Amino acid sequence: MSELVLDLEFIVGHYNYWMFVILMMTGLYVTVSRGNLVKKIVGLNIFQTSVFMLYISMGKIIGGTAPILIDDPDAVYSNPLPHVLILTAIVVGIATTALGLALVVRIRETYGTIEEDELLVLEHEMEFAEAVQGGGSR
Amino acid sequence: MTASLIGIAVIDILLFTFLVITAIAIARLRNLFAVVMLAGVFSLLSAALLATLDAVDVAFTEAAVGAGISTVLLLGTLALTGREEKKPRHSPFLPLLVCLVTGAALIYGTLDMPSFGAANNPAQEHLAREYLERTPVETGVPNVVTAILASYRGFDTLGEVLVVFTAAIAVLLLLGASGKRPSAGRRGEE
Amino acid sequence: MEHHSVLRVVSKLLIPPIILYALYVQWHGDYGPGGGFQAGVLFAVAFILYALVFGIDSMMKVLPPRTAHIFAGAGVLIYAGTGIVTMLLGDAFLGYNALAHDPVHAQEWGILAVEFGVGVSVAAVMIALFVAFARHNPPLKDEDW
Repeated sequence: MSELVLDLEFIVGHYNYWMFVILMMTGLYVTVSRGNLVKKIVGLNIFQTSVFMLYISMGKIIGGTAPILIDDPDAVYSNPLPHVLILTAIVVGIATTALGLALVVRIRETYGTIEEDELLVLEHEMEFAEAVQGGGSR
Repeated sequence: MTASLIGIAVIDILLFTFLVITAIAIARLRNLFAVVMLAGVFSLLSAALLATLDAVDVAFTEAAVGAGISTVLLLGTLALTGREEKKPRHSPFLPLLVCLVTGAALIYGTLDMPSFGAANNPAQEHLAREYLERTPVETGVPNVVTAILASYRGFDTLGEVLVVFTAAIAVLLLLGASGKRPSAGRRGEE
Repeated sequence: MEHHSVLRVVSKLLIPPIILYALYVQWHGDYGPGGGFQAGVLFAVAFILYALVFGIDSMMKVLPPRTAHIFAGAGVLIYAGTGIVTMLLGDAFLGYNALAHDPVHAQEWGILAVEFGVGVSVAAVMIALFVAFARHNPPLKDEDW
């Protein structure tokens, strides 16, 4: 019986980390396997959120409170340092996401598609056409 | 201790499971409009989870940025690029294998991690205690997060603001900063 | 969206409290959750809501893109300028202790100044990003989607 309780405690104590891994791998899978560039950026956002979750999970103390000081001298506060790092990371994350989306918009305007497979084909055709033109003029 | 542990664990596990389900739904859907909406749901859920993990400032930011601005920008992009994702031509087998192997390695790594929420976690031992003790004496600011953000790590935050500023300049260079609509005939000429 | 009268009335009611809340979060960030980043985003959200409901052109009459760009730079300059001022007063870059007669007050002043810079910069950047996306080439026609 005590063994079972111990195991339950182990599972509860590590559940956050496992879920973080699953989230991170979902984000990685979306990023590498989907051809659509907007979908890739959403995947990167999932990946990013999973890292936020890992940091904040490590700073949490059970029975603690948010790191805003109160008069009670016995109060336990969660670790404020990861909060600072992640807070700025979220705002930087949206700025870089916007940059990625702007690149997607420009790619769509230039090539008429945002599917990776079609972009590679177009790129290949353009290189081929250039090579043929270069050969013809010589 | 045990009762509070169970209470925290139930909320935590529930929210985290919803978060993962949303992420998997995002991975499976091909309608990009639904994907963007689910991304907003994902951000809101993660904000709730962050609030239960005592990171109120971060939860606040995530709710405003992730569920608000990010969704608006993604929708703006969809209006310019199209809303249906095409079926990928290559098989998803290799990426799936890579993700599973990497995930297994990471989970093997987590087995040695200190238990979630433990007060004697190495991350809580040195710097955090120092900040919590010094902030009321040195700055008199009750919100330790603000004190660290703006005072102790002021250089870092200056760098972050510069990154945001630089990213905005890059977006304006890519999309045009004048705010004037280019003439409607341009697309046809290309 | 001229015909959505419910949206228009509700957003007219909502926008002033959003701006007021953004200012509260900005100046009260020392005592509760919040600070420059959150306040800036909330402030931008008020403008974005106005643009979504009343059209981006009427929003740009209130805040032309050029003004937003100037404010984005000004926020960074306020932040870095605080550092320069502390240097001129004889402390390190962003060492706030020289700003007032005693260090605790000086830290408070320094944090307020820096957070104000962050708030101005982030709000202007978010509005500028939204305008850049919303005013780009004419959106696709319905059949292209």
